[in-house]
Amino acid sequence: MQAFEYASPKTLKEAFALLGAQWGEADVLAGGTDLLSLMKDFVHTPKRVVSLREIKTLSGIAKAGSGLRIGALTTVDALMSNAAIRSTYPSLHQAAMGITSPQIRNTGTVGGDLCQRPRCWYFRQGYGLLAMKDGKSLVANGDNRFHAIFGSGNAHFVSPSSFGPALIALGAKIKLESATGAREIDAFTFFRAPKSDSERENDLRPNEILTEILLPTTSAKNATYEVRQKDALDWPLAAASVALTMSGNTVSKAVVVLGHVGPTPLVAESAGAWLAGKAISADTAAQAAAEAVKAAKPLSGNAYKVTLAKTAVKRALLRAAGMEV
Amino acid sequence: MADYKWPAMSTRKAIGQRVSRIDGVEKSSGRAKYTSDYKRPNMLFAAPVTCPHAHARITKIDASAAEKMPGFKGMHLLDKEGSTVSWAMWDIGYVAAETELQARDAARAVKVEYEVLPHVVHDHDLTKAGDRVKPSGEKIEGDVDEAFKQADAVSEGLYEIPTLTHCCLEPHGSVIQFNGEKAELNPSTQAVTAIQGDCARQLEIPAANVHVHQDHIGGGFGSKFQIDRWGLASAQLSKMNGGRPVKVYLERNVELTIAGVRPSAYAKIKLAGKKDGSITAWESASWASGGLTGGGSPPIPYVFTKIPNLRQTHQAVSLNTAPIRAWRAPNHPQASFLTCSAIEDLADKLGLDPLQVYLKNAGLTARPETYVRQLNKAAELAEWKKHYHKRGDSGSGHIKRGLGIGVCTWGGAGHASTARINIHADGSAEVEIGSQDLGTGTRTIIAQVAAETFGLPVSAIKVKIGDTNYPSSGTSGGSTTVGGVSSSTRKGAVDALGKLFEEVAESLGAPADQLEAVDGKIQVKGNPAKSMTWKAACQKLGVKTITVTGTNDPRQAPREGLNTGGVGGVQIADVSVDVETGIVRMNRLIAVQDIGLVVNPKLAESQVYGACIMSICGALMEERIMDAVTGRVLNPDMEFYKIAGIKDIGDIVCHLEIDPENDGRGIIGLGEPPAVGGIAAIANAVTNAIGKRVSSVPLTPDRVLNTLEGRA
Ligand SMILES: Cc1cc2nc3c(=O)[nH]c(=O)nc-3n(C[C@H](O)[C@H](O)[C@H](O)COP(=O)(O)OP(=O)(O)OC[C@H]3O[C@@H](n4cnc5c(N)ncnc54)[C@H](O)[C@@H]3O)c2cc1C
Repeated sequence: MQAFEYASPKTLKEAFALLGAQWGEADVLAGGTDLLSLMKDFVHTPKRVVSLREIKTLSGIAKAGSGLRIGALTTVDALMSNAAIRSTYPSLHQAAMGITSPQIRNTGTVGGDLCQRPRCWYFRQGYGLLAMKDGKSLVANGDNRFHAIFGSGNAHFVSPSSFGPALIALGAKIKLESATGAREIDAFTFFRAPKSDSERENDLRPNEILTEILLPTTSAKNATYEVRQKDALDWPLAAASVALTMSGNTVSKAVVVLGHVGPTPLVAESAGAWLAGKAISADTAAQAAAEAVKAAKPLSGNAYKVTLAKTAVKRALLRAAGMEV
Repeated sequence: MADYKWPAMSTRKAIGQRVSRIDGVEKSSGRAKYTSDYKRPNMLFAAPVTCPHAHARITKIDASAAEKMPGFKGMHLLDKEGSTVSWAMWDIGYVAAETELQARDAARAVKVEYEVLPHVVHDHDLTKAGDRVKPSGEKIEGDVDEAFKQADAVSEGLYEIPTLTHCCLEPHGSVIQFNGEKAELNPSTQAVTAIQGDCARQLEIPAANVHVHQDHIGGGFGSKFQIDRWGLASAQLSKMNGGRPVKVYLERNVELTIAGVRPSAYAKIKLAGKKDGSITAWESASWASGGLTGGGSPPIPYVFTKIPNLRQTHQAVSLNTAPIRAWRAPNHPQASFLTCSAIEDLADKLGLDPLQVYLKNAGLTARPETYVRQLNKAAELAEWKKHYHKRGDSGSGHIKRGLGIGVCTWGGAGHASTARINIHADGSAEVEIGSQDLGTGTRTIIAQVAAETFGLPVSAIKVKIGDTNYPSSGTSGGSTTVGGVSSSTRKGAVDALGKLFEEVAESLGAPADQLEAVDGKIQVKGNPAKSMTWKAACQKLGVKTITVTGTNDPRQAPREGLNTGGVGGVQIADVSVDVETGIVRMNRLIAVQDIGLVVNPKLAESQVYGACIMSICGALMEERIMDAVTGRVLNPDMEFYKIAGIKDIGDIVCHLEIDPENDGRGIIGLGEPPAVGGIAAIANAVTNAIGKRVSSVPLTPDRVLNTLEGRA
């Protein structure tokens, strides 16, 4: 780990002043469950680390209008144990349950989960976010079993956040603040596929802090299903979060979001549209799932993930509808 | 000669008891000090300078920037300009500094230039390995072609088991102090006694000038026998710094890349069989890699060694990957997987229940009765009759259940060991052995044997191991420790007790050979009325201490009968496969194991549990993943180098064959045999569940789905 300066501001205002104009100058530290690994592996070598821990206003879940406000520093465990989350936003609760390590749940934060860097093994070994070597993609020519089946250009890593897909399906907004002001953006637009190694996989700017997540109230039936090999701590191989607005027994609006299969969470619009006006059954869930993965373009070693994504969508839909998975 | 033989099963008080390990609280409370916990006054740290390329020539080494780094205390190079590096993460040299972080920073600041050379890191496709494949001869027995012609069914399959790493929780490392003449070594080792000699040889000093001490080791599995390049380099760095202690511990990524792997094994196997299930011919073309120098040759056909007609070839593949080290039952898990997969594929071709095929062919093994008994017992515990179905005949739901079988064999006779027994006038009793406890419970076993001999409670015995000030004892490899240390302790304790009897014979009014030690007393045999307490007896020693050594010599051991070798075992896996995700879940793993005299059933079962968990990891998760382009290991971490967690292992059912007949054979080691058959059993169970053979393990979702969906 490269030596760095450590700052622990007490207010957001102080924190903003400590951030840099360029990536690499300063890194925000929340729970540190990802940042420390990045620094130990020399993937991040910030000159300064700005801890958010002392900024008390950043923690906690509270009512905000008819919805909920989740402070960025809220731990995964606090989110998981929250009664309102569990009852109204089970898809978020389920996503948190999937992070099966108590240590990470107790330390990792919701903001950190959204901002954590991809786990692509080429990226983590220092080959850059797009992992190009001599003009060729290491991912496309190498071992891509855990990579994207919906790539975007040379971005073949997968978005690691389990909360991302759930928040998108629930129509959440993300608040990003800097010294010059705040902006609230759709969770969906927060994530984006970089076109070069100098770009990031999200809309966060080096001088900004993700301060809160705003969840609108919802009556939609929602659920998350993640496919993980291990029951003990493990990354999902594919995941889906869905939100179903029902009228009676039929779906009036469906949002289906795929996770861990592309450089950003992916909204499967055609699957959502296909479900409108239908009742959820094993059969319709399977058909919607097939629709959701139609555009997948697997790499040399990850065609199996198409099946997994399909299974995730089918099971998320059934789970949302309260049916046996 | 004294009578050393084990007391009769029915009279034992300490041996055979489920004693909890005597260092259990120390370990589980975190108080136990592993060498990686050591902080010595004035201690320096060493860190490796590693090569990022899998194959390269060093053209320039420039340490000028490193030398100016804060805390820098010297560099010791193991290679020089012009040397060839043959795998990624190769440790070219080590840098010492005042703190661990400074050492790592300084090591990174050493500028090394390379001429990059072409590398090969994959061995599963021989056509891509070019001249790295060493051609082999052919072994032929019987008339293979005729046997295949006469067969009622022939099975053909490709079976692949990859390289995996030891992944010790405590990485490799040591603390060493070396002033040019004497060395003080705190290793993390499976070989307290032997590493003294290794260290002396490498440092070119007399063995008597090396003192080794280790309290605990956090995993070895066969990878920690030597001082290693890091130990050697840090010794030189210590010398460079006037004998200051130097600590070196590999970081996880280096650990998983260069500190030991298990060789891969691949085989195309053809089997011929008759309608009655008998196997009549074996043909195999196998290959394997153990790194640069090849290596890795699974003993196939495994266990069923007497197949009458046989044709075999084997090729070694040289790779730009770090070399193999012994891995818990070297080559056996691979051989068991290759052989048992082929046998169950033949059973399927014959339309027979595989259990019947194993039973039918027990005569082809060295222990027919053992395997028949174990197969039947394992089948009973697995409820084979209730749960077995024909391959793939597992219902219409997406969860498919299946059963499969794997077998093992092993030696496990005790190694050379000497124990020193001290009985003091205050009644305290010590056993000192230059051995080590790999976590198997060696300390506890030693205490039980001494306690049994002295008629004392286990808690009355002080066990001292892990130091070269104690008598020499073998390395913990090959499941040889329990037999070795138990036998040496027994012999020393019997002789020490004889001396104590001589001291008290007069007071008890009976000759020494008419005395016995029971329940904390020395008494005239069978006459509790004529007795004195152990403590009172010891007081008779006055200013003396009884010090006696006992030795297990493997050459004499068969005659003495205290320990022996040679076991068989059968495992049955019961799995459920989700065919929509390819995820395999363990329901149960049943392990039936023959074993000799069991000193401590609780510890023995723990060995079996650990071995089964290791098999589950190997069958479902573990593999070293290499990158063709960069030549590097892609998963040298504990995130993508996957290991089962507690929720992933299902139920483990352990059945140890503890009975008078086995007991009469003496002690046999158990560390390795139960780690052999599990992978085969699980792979067969998955095949039984899904109806298709997944040719390679680990049985990860990608492999299972690729097989189900017809992608090669
Ligand atoms: C083995 C393993 C398995 C895991 N499995 C899962 C999983 O299944 N699903 C899942 O979602 N996660 C998983 N995680 C990841 C875990 O959830 C994240 O590491 C954690 O949520 C990150 O939170 P943190 O507070 O520790 O972030 P930190 O490590 O402190 O920060 C992570 C990154 O985000 C930035 N950052 C953090 N907070 C902010 C903020 N408020 N504003 C701006 N930037 C910020 C940091 O600068 C840094 O770059 C897993 C992790 C491991 C190690």
